[in-house]
Amino acid sequence: MVNIFSNFLQRFLNRLFKKKKQIKLGLYGPPNSGKTTLANKICEDWLGEEMGTVSNISHETREIQIKEQITITNDRGRKLTFNLVDTPGIATKIDYEDFLKVGMKEKEAKKRAKEATKGVIDSIKWLDNMDAVVVVLDSTKEPYSQVNITIIGNLQARKIPVLVVGNKVDLKSSDLDKVQDAFPQYKVLGISAKFGKNIDQFYKELFKITR
Amino acid sequence: MIKKKGLTIQFVPYEEIAKLSSKERIRKLLEIVKEEKIILLEGRLKSDEKSELIAKTMEEINKKFRGVEIDEWAFTDRDEDWIKKIRHFLVNVLLGSRKGLTIIGPASIIKEIKKDPNNIQLLTK
Repeated sequence: MVNIFSNFLQRFLNRLFKKKKQIKLGLYGPPNSGKTTLANKICEDWLGEEMGTVSNISHETREIQIKEQITITNDRGRKLTFNLVDTPGIATKIDYEDFLKVGMKEKEAKKRAKEATKGVIDSIKWLDNMDAVVVVLDSTKEPYSQVNITIIGNLQARKIPVLVVGNKVDLKSSDLDKVQDAFPQYKVLGISAKFGKNIDQFYKELFKITR
Repeated sequence: MIKKKGLTIQFVPYEEIAKLSSKERIRKLLEIVKEEKIILLEGRLKSDEKSELIAKTMEEINKKFRGVEIDEWAFTDRDEDWIKKIRHFLVNVLLGSRKGLTIIGPASIIKEIKKDPNNIQLLTK
């Protein structure tokens, strides 16, 4: 009887401790896949404010951005509180000349490239800190890239729960089936972070991966 | 080593990296790529080695070295019996995967790597 009570108390305390822990939810993916657009959508929906700036030029997010204490509620009234971590896009190459092509001055382009390289390193370092990760892929792009495979492989190896989203489904060139074929071990959710398409389903899936 | 129009492809057999630590493997591979050579590596790197390779690449980017292009192929033998499968699994866990092929090249030379089950296309700049 004492043992049963002791086990029950232990489980209760474990649950209490687990619940109180700050869940870190990371947004990972290649540059320009829409991580910050999704972060902004989440923050607008639940905090009424944006998280970061969005740009068509790659590597706009070059530092880890954290928005603390976001609480979302599902249709059964259950609450989920997490710290949202928006990470710089991971790339295997960064060429300042690419920024020159989109009209940046040399000094600015070089600075952006330098900051972007540091951002990639930080994103990789932060993988160990995550409790759950949303991998944001651009569904209009080739999904079989080594960056995507490396991110997902690392999360799998670390046993971090993953939700794969194929973003930009509002665009004609979006091919969600191709993204799904590339990662058959996951159910890929198609969303448009920009227009909020499927965002309710996205929030439902967040509850599942953070259980 | 095959040389054609200034493009160097260096084959790295698995034995050459098998006994190296992850750090040493990455260092070795990056040094070759920084010499503007394309590596054809027998086998595949582990996930954490690939992320480490990306991180180290970022640390070393400069005016001359703009990063890498990387791709890999996993060859699976469907007819393998279960004893061989277990042996390969254990070898893979301990040493990384010997099966497969990895291409790593400098981004200043390779624009894109395209692949399908029968073809490897290196699109150069």
